[in-house]
Amino acid sequence: MEGTSREYNESVLALGNALDIEFEEIKDWNCCGATAAHSVNKELSLSLPARVLALAERQNFSEIVVPCAACYNRLTTTQYELAQDEEKKKRISEIIEMPYDGSVRILNVLQMLQKYAVDSIAQKVTNPFKHSVACYYGCLLVRPHKILQFDRVEDPQSMDTLMSAIGANTLDWAFKTECCGGGLSVSRTDIVSKLSGNLLKDAKDRGAEAIIVACPMCHSNLDMRRPEINKYLGEDIEIPVLYITQAIGLALGLEPEKLGIKRHFVNVNLI
Amino acid sequence: MKNISSNVTDELQAQTGVKVERCYQCGKCSAGCVLAEDMDYPPNYIIHLLQTGTKENLDTVLKSKSIWLCLNCENCVGRCPMEIDIPKVMDFMRERSLKENKQSKAAKDIIAFHRSFLDCIKFTGHLYEIGLIVGFKARTMHLWQDVKLAPKMFAKGKLKLFPEMVKDSHNIKNIFSKTKK
Repeated sequence: MEGTSREYNESVLALGNALDIEFEEIKDWNCCGATAAHSVNKELSLSLPARVLALAERQNFSEIVVPCAACYNRLTTTQYELAQDEEKKKRISEIIEMPYDGSVRILNVLQMLQKYAVDSIAQKVTNPFKHSVACYYGCLLVRPHKILQFDRVEDPQSMDTLMSAIGANTLDWAFKTECCGGGLSVSRTDIVSKLSGNLLKDAKDRGAEAIIVACPMCHSNLDMRRPEINKYLGEDIEIPVLYITQAIGLALGLEPEKLGIKRHFVNVNLI
Repeated sequence: MKNISSNVTDELQAQTGVKVERCYQCGKCSAGCVLAEDMDYPPNYIIHLLQTGTKENLDTVLKSKSIWLCLNCENCVGRCPMEIDIPKVMDFMRERSLKENKQSKAAKDIIAFHRSFLDCIKFTGHLYEIGLIVGFKARTMHLWQDVKLAPKMFAKGKLKLFPEMVKDSHNIKNIFSKTKK
């Protein structure tokens, strides 16, 4: 959130400020381990998120907002798995050398906006976002539904509702929850180009002027990998990819600079 | 070793709760899998190989490309009428494949990326893009890959030159050593 997806961090903070949502960072947090950890070491993949959750408990947070979809998924999955198995919970608590209870409520950015801002957003719009958009949820925000219990698994609506509230025309399209290629961005760029290319093409064919995301992996694949994607597709698609927090921020009249709009590789020429 | 049975299905069930014998091969997982066409065996076939319970077929799974290509996008389990958690099976098989040193050569880069990613966390507690890419290049010798990306990322303010270190680095190192296989 301070590197590749810096603009996500900036836009979450700027939007929070505009909507009177105050954030406090979990002190000494660590990386959740993402795909790498659960691919090679199950115990490690539970321990790294558990440390973050245990720190949040120790620092008296009852609720945490996790903007990164992968972190949100790993933290929620860890909490779910440890709640199912007392033995495992004890073992992980020993590994992280901290008491772990599993009581912190975990929200993704869409849930945070639904819970604290959905009504005030519509009232605060000064520049309606009058564009046709494809809301792209990807995998990690909605699956597995059994664990995350968020939105509809095949045709989610939360992002569409928020985008409609700021004046956008949200499109029906076929790739709302298909995978962009996620963590294979560096090791198998060819696969990412194909998967991200297929979804970008569908968005374009249905008239999308922008793709809206709430996941740093989806964003970096669709934005930073655009040259490879366009090469795969054999055409130049220049549809920009915005974080939902950037789109709402623009509609609320926040400075594009403060929302990190200029950090994108694909120019945002909607403003 | 053709018909020698492995006890992997029991182990799989004990560790992950997944019962592969519940699968009735409807093929919905493979129909919705975005990577099925790139895999050597599509997801339902992987499950079928495990259902036979033979060591030979277990070996085929452990040596397959499929287990490393799976992105854990969870589409398969979301649509499975028997709620068989295939991504969990894939995680289990990847870990086992490394333990038995049977990983597919075609997965070399993918594994190198995972290891470089985890090294970053081990030493800094966070994701540190430069460290990750240097580690990946050193492991794979893909020295020229994405060299054009770095200056652009830097210009856009997306590349941190120095890692942000976790304060309790001792705690992170202990987590790694205690979970080391």
